[in-house]
Formats: sequence, structure tokens, C-alpha cells
Amino acid sequence: MSEAVLEINDLSLAFPISRSLADWVAGRPGKVVRALNGVSLQLQKGETLGVVGESGCGKSTLARCIVRLYEPTSGSVRHHGQDIFDASVRGDRAYNRRVQMMFQDPFSSLNPRMTTGQILSEALRVHEMRSEDQIPERVAELLDLVRLPQDAAEKLPHEFSGGQRQRIAIARALAVEPEILIADELVSALDVSVQAQVVNLLLELQERLGLTVLFVAHDLRLVRHVSNRVAVIYLGRIVEIGDSETLFSSPSHPYSQALLSAAPSMDPDDKGQKVKLEGELPSPLNVPTGCAFHQRCRFADTRCHSESPSLRPLEGRGEVACHHVEKILHNA
Amino acid sequence: MEQTPILEVEGLCTTFGRGGQTLPALRDVSFTVGEGEVLGLVGESGSGKSVTLRSVLGLARRYGEVTGSVRWQGQELITKSERDLRPIRGRDIAMIFQEPMTSLNPLLTVGQQLVETLQAHTDLSRKARRDRAIEMLDLVGIPAAASRLTDYPHQFSGGMRQRVMIAIALAASPKLLLADEPTTALDVTIQAQILDLILRLSSDMKMGVIMVTHDLGVVAQTCDRVAVMYAGRIVEQGPVRQVLRDPHHAYTVGLMQSVPEGVAPRTQLYSIPGTPPSLAHLPPGCAFAPRCAASTEACLATRPALLRVSEDRQLACFNPKNQTKGCAA
Amino acid sequence: MSDTAVSSSAPSRPSRLQLALGKPGFLIGCLIIALSTLLALMPNVFAPYDPNYIDYLAIRQPPSWAHPFGTDSLGRDSFSRVIHAYRVNMQMAILATVFALVIGVVVGALVGYYRGIADMIFGRVVDAIITFPFLVLVIAVVAVLGPGLINMYIAITMVGWVYYARLMRAEIIAQMGNDYSDAGMVMGYSDRRIIFRHLLPNAITPVLIYWMTDMALAILLGSSLGYLGLGAQPPQAEWGVLIAEGRNFITTAWWLSLMPGIAIVLTGLGFSLIGDGLADLLRPRG
Repeated sequence: MSEAVLEINDLSLAFPISRSLADWVAGRPGKVVRALNGVSLQLQKGETLGVVGESGCGKSTLARCIVRLYEPTSGSVRHHGQDIFDASVRGDRAYNRRVQMMFQDPFSSLNPRMTTGQILSEALRVHEMRSEDQIPERVAELLDLVRLPQDAAEKLPHEFSGGQRQRIAIARALAVEPEILIADELVSALDVSVQAQVVNLLLELQERLGLTVLFVAHDLRLVRHVSNRVAVIYLGRIVEIGDSETLFSSPSHPYSQALLSAAPSMDPDDKGQKVKLEGELPSPLNVPTGCAFHQRCRFADTRCHSESPSLRPLEGRGEVACHHVEKILHNA
Repeated sequence: MEQTPILEVEGLCTTFGRGGQTLPALRDVSFTVGEGEVLGLVGESGSGKSVTLRSVLGLARRYGEVTGSVRWQGQELITKSERDLRPIRGRDIAMIFQEPMTSLNPLLTVGQQLVETLQAHTDLSRKARRDRAIEMLDLVGIPAAASRLTDYPHQFSGGMRQRVMIAIALAASPKLLLADEPTTALDVTIQAQILDLILRLSSDMKMGVIMVTHDLGVVAQTCDRVAVMYAGRIVEQGPVRQVLRDPHHAYTVGLMQSVPEGVAPRTQLYSIPGTPPSLAHLPPGCAFAPRCAASTEACLATRPALLRVSEDRQLACFNPKNQTKGCAA
Repeated sequence: MSDTAVSSSAPSRPSRLQLALGKPGFLIGCLIIALSTLLALMPNVFAPYDPNYIDYLAIRQPPSWAHPFGTDSLGRDSFSRVIHAYRVNMQMAILATVFALVIGVVVGALVGYYRGIADMIFGRVVDAIITFPFLVLVIAVVAVLGPGLINMYIAITMVGWVYYARLMRAEIIAQMGNDYSDAGMVMGYSDRRIIFRHLLPNAITPVLIYWMTDMALAILLGSSLGYLGLGAQPPQAEWGVLIAEGRNFITTAWWLSLMPGIAIVLTGLGFSLIGDGLADLLRPRG
């Protein structure tokens, strides 16, 4: 097994919601949105780790914690052994150079008043990646790398289509020669045919530059396609993590099963043996006790109500957080 | 598909005018929807699928010019005035939108909004309206429906709001539902619930549905027939099994291949070369020709018409990929 | 695969300047302000007489070819005085606003970006200041500092920056909703760079438009204070002062007050028209 470039340990993040006056008068405690509840995972060098889950499950929050846009309430993120939230490295912008993020919305992640050339050369200049006279040449290289025409350098973001803007965002991330790319719903806003182009580009660049990628998305087919390993998140907690093909072809956790079977198949006659989920995602304002999934789970018993299952390795599969997973798999 | 269609759209053209420059958003779109039938409209952004729904309902003409023919149970809708359309909208033809957050009035309770629709389109008494409202919320699967009538839209989650939207749309028992990406903003598990709901209601109430989506999986799972749109035109149309199993048009083929299903993981995905044309600068021939591997001189020069290629399939292409024998256009 | 942008293939759209100049309002505004600036810079070229030259032989004469706006009670040429007043009144438009603009933009950007305690204090300051009518507060400050142009500028700046800061803060917060500011942080850019290089250029448009309106208001406010005797002091030729001087003769020599009044309205109109045009000119496209 190769080395872990990023180690996330028991990461939790709770956003306080400002208390209303009524709550204050009644002496009720302020509410908190528990976005992450003890996430642990390791990112291995050169791999693509897919992160899937429903909206509000905390997958984007996780991505934003990794690039220090959010500070976790507890837990740690270690980059080559160094805790990135440690006071001594907190202001160290070199980490930001090593770990880059790309955003979902190609219409808001680029400064509308800067040309592509300005956007790219700014990144090069700030991190002193190239000397001043080599910058134009590098900008041209980067445009080539993401397959944008050279005249793109002179244009403003609004002159590009969504797919092209995401290429610019990728070029900006690559300008600083990072080690890890965090792709937060990178292609979700794009049309199917354009999605394919951007995904191809990402795969190719990863191969060529030896990048490690954390691919956060809600499109299961895409995640399956690009990932080596996949983590399924439910209410701020990893419920299952493991090899992508194994997980997608035979998910173990009841939530993974339901999530994967909900994706509509392209075959009109494959109605699938749907594992129907009742109800909706509970609010992260009010995370259920015990296993967070127990209210929607067919297999839940009293133990699930009170005791929170931890991730444990399962023979021939990845790690699963479920008290009854052996029984469930046995009966299936 | 023996039944007579309830909606017949023929030669529908919608042109948006903007500062002297006109954008042909829809060009010569024709299709039919039968009773209880689910028709899928697929295509990428800008292909005209949403404009089609808005043109059918007479919402598009505020922004541009709509010509052609939209016959609703034999009546022509295109020439009808706003005033004459009003009783048809909502009662006969209802519409649900992609964004349940913005399409409900945040200042009115869900009950008020439901009752409002019933008041406009039915002769029910006050009491009966309330009962019907509860019945509708119940029907779309909102727990404790009676107690939620007095709740405001923001008190519902995204999936529940979409259910409320559907309840309002279906309150007057429309015969046709126009669904504009009804599940795009929702998560897959909720999407499955909403699609099931629409399908169930469609078969129970004999309601026709036009389902606009960009997700071929949704089409495969919900639609009886599908029409593929590109640059404001229908390029291929037919029963969903036939079209998805054996697509004829190069664009349909490309669209299906771009979906990473049944491809080896981490290999290059197929992607249609180039980008969709700008509506303001459509090529003279087939709009897809510049991106099509099989295009010829003829494709670039003349626009292929949508022609019948078999009993219930239509295609607009000069060089169809897998066209079945003996069905020459 | 690499494809040229769809929109770039469109025939060249008219440039922003062309668009703005195509609007008659903006064009007229520019002409008025250009002319006003010219008059302010070189009043001697346009004014036929020394504005303070007293001619007791020509007191309160009605408009004539020799004195287009007539003469005042000291026989000074009213036209020359209105022209010479352009200098001080245009100066007001700039000096009474530009410091407020700079302070407001910087403070607003910083509190908007960092929020926290500074933002809460800022909120209280804003509340405290905008509770009072603008004019009342300015008069109170002038009363403390003493009348005169410099003190008037100080007073207006002390009150006026709050309006800029409030607008700027709201715009910065709105802009931070876009991912590009987060992207800047992820890129490891300094806060200063993110605020002043990325957020500010995108957030400043409404502030600049407000600035144009504010310049019109500054002229109005400055001449009001001049009229009240708190701003420019006679015999300084200033529109407010001129109107005040003509006040006693309003029935007999109406032109003394009317002409500077027209000058105020015209300049104010010019700034407002430019403000409208700027709104179109500076809006980012997309």
C-alpha cells in the first residue's frame, strides 16, 4: 500500500445557529448544525477517493475543511503528518498550494473581471512558481494542458461556456503544481456530454501529473467511473468506505444499498430490486441518537437507537459502520 | 398507443426577440401525447425542452413569438387569448417546475395555495375544498396532511416542497401534467419517490405527462415514449425501449455513450466533440452536423426533416446509424 | 475537443462605452459635467468681469447684453459671479465626497470581509449616525467646528462615510457568496489581495453610482450651508451665498437668486445622469 498523503482523524464540525430571542428568554441552548460527526479517512498517494451522499450530508463541508475554508470543531487533518490546523502552520499558505480545490459553480468561481491570463498568472506570481519573464510561457502551457485555445488568455470568464470555465478552474489549480486536488461537484453543473469531456481531462491529468484526487459528487455513475475507492457519507459520518467496484457492485451498508439502487438505470426494463427508502434525510440540526440512519433503516433494532456503530473492516469488503451488516449480507 | 392523442403539437416555432436580434428557440417541433402516456423530452441546456413546455401552455409568448399549432383535445391553443387560456391552465393542463423553493408563494400557507387552485378551477364548496386539499397532500405522501395545511412552504424540506407543488398541480385533476425537470434539484432517494408518485398518479388518473429531463436514467425508468431535442428541434422520437436500445440519431448515440454506465472504470469516456451551436448562429444544414462523425456535404447544406422511419419512430437524419431495413425515409 | 467559446463567435457586440454613449441621458450628463469642469478650471476665460469688481454705477441692473444675468446690489456682474462660483461648487462635489468615499470603501470592505466584533461595532455606529437627519448632523458638527469651507468638508465627511461604508459592506458580503473569493483563499492568496484585487472591483459599482448622486447632493448641501452662512463666506462667489445675497431683492431683482439656482439644478442633473449611465457601463456581463 502506498503512503497516506492526507490523514483525516475523527473530524467534527458544528456550525452554531444564532439563538433566537425566544430561545434566549426560555434559556434553551443555541442550536448547532452538526455537519460532520467524526469523519476519519486516509487519502493515499495517487488515488481517487470518491465521496458520495445526499445533499446536506456533509460531503462539501468535508472538502472545505480539507482546504481550510472551515475550521473543524474537533479532530485533525494531517498532511504528511503535519496537522494543518496547528497554530504554527495555520497561516502557512504553502499548504494551500499543495492542496487545491475546484468548485461546483463554474459561473461564480472565477472573478468576472479578470481575464483567463490574469487569473492564471496571478496564481503563478503569488506562489512564485515562475520568474516574471517565464509567466506568459507557462500560461500558454497551462491552457494547452486543459485544451483551451491560446486566445482564451485574453478573454473574460463570461465569454466561455460552463465546461470551458471548469477547464480554467482546473488550469488555475494546476498552475501551482499541487499534490492533491479536491473536486467538489466539479461537473455537476454541466451537461452530460460536457461532463464527459471534463472528466476525461481530469483522469488524464491525474495520470500524467500523479495527482491525488478527492472527488466529491452526488452523481453515482460518475463517482464509480473515476474513483479507486469510495466513501459513502450519511449525516456527517462515513457509513461505508472501500474499493469502488466492490462497493458499487455489492454495497454492504443498508444506506449504501438504498442510495445505489435509487439511481435510475438506463435500461427501461431494469426496474432494479429497489431498496426503497422511507422518509427523508433527518435535519443535521437534529441528528438522531445511535446510528443516524436507524429511522429509515429496515433492519434497525433497539441497539441501533442507542449505540452508534463505528467503521469496522469486513472480510472481502471495505469498512462498514453497521451493527447488523453480517446478518444483512447473510440474508441477502 | 392506439388511443387518440389529447395533445397534438404541430410545427411549433418559438422565437425570442432580443434587441433586434432574434433567437429561434424552437423550430418546427411536433409531437403528441396520449391519455395516460408519459412522453420524455430530453436534451442538453439550450435544446429547447423547457421552452416547449412553456410554449404549449402559452407562457412563452410573453417573451417572443409562438407560431404553429397546439391542439388540446381538438381546440387550438395558440390563437386563444390569455383570458381563454386561463381555465385550461391549471384545470386541464398543470405544470410543475424544477425549483420547488421559488415556485411556491412564500407568504401563503400550503393550504391557502391548494384551496386557491381549487377555487379557481372547481365548483367545490368551502368545506369540500378543504377536504380535497387534505386528500391531495395525503395522496402525494405528506405525513399528517391535515395538520400541515397551515404550514408555510419554508417549513417543508426540498422533497416535501416538490410534493406540495405536485399536490397543487394535481388538485384540479388535470388531464396533462407538464413536468419541467421535477427531480433535478432533489437527491436520488427523493427523486425515486417523486418519480414513483408521478407515475402512480398518471396511471391512476389517466393523466398524460410530458417529462422534461436531461437524465436518460429518468427517461428509461418513467417514460413510454421519448423525444430527443437538439438546438430547438426534435431529432429523434419513438418508444423509449426502441430509442434507448437502438438509437438512430448520432446525437442520441453520443448522449447515451457519454453516460458512464457499462464502461470500464477510469477509462476515457466518450464525449461528443465540440459544443452545441449558439441559437443565434445556427448552421444552415443539420444543427448537429459540425459535431457529427457521419456528416456529409448534404448534412451541412440542407436540414433533414423529422420523418417517420418505422411505425412509431421518427428521425431527422440523412445518415442514420442503425436504421432498420425497408423503412427508408 | 478544444472549442472556441460560443459567445465569442457572435459578431462583435458594441463596447460598453458605445452602449453608454448611445444613451442620450448619459451623453447629456457627460456634456454638462465636462462644461462645468471647464468653467471651474478656467472661469476667467468665460467670465467677462472680475466677480468682485464693485461698480456703484450699475446696481441691480436687469439682464442686458453687457450683464447677461444682471448685476447685484453692489454692482458686481452676476454672470461672472455665477461662473466663478463653479470653481468652489465643483470643488465641493469632490472634496465633500471623495474622503467619505475612500474611508467608506476601505472600512466597509474590511468589516464586510472580516465581520466579527469590528462589524458589530460598525453596525452600532451606523445605527447611531443614520438615526439623525444628515443635514442636522452636519450643521451640528459645523456648529462645533465653526463655519467655513474646510470645516464644512470635515463635517460632511464625518457623517457621509457611513453611507458609503454601509453600501460597500453589503456588496462585499454579497460578492463573498460567489466561489471566487473562496477560490482565492484556497489558492493561498493573502486577505489583502482577495479584498482589494478580487472582491473590491466587483463590489464597487453601486458605490460609484451612489458617489455620482452624492456629488449632486454635496453641491446642494454645500450651497445650503452657504446660504445659511455656515459654509462658504461672502464675498466668496458661491451659489448658496449668491442666492442668499439675492434673497432680499427676490421681488425686484429675481435674477440674482434664479441664475445660481439654475446652475445648482443643472450640475446636479449632470451628476445624476452620469450615475444612471454608469450603472449600465459598469455592470459585469455574463
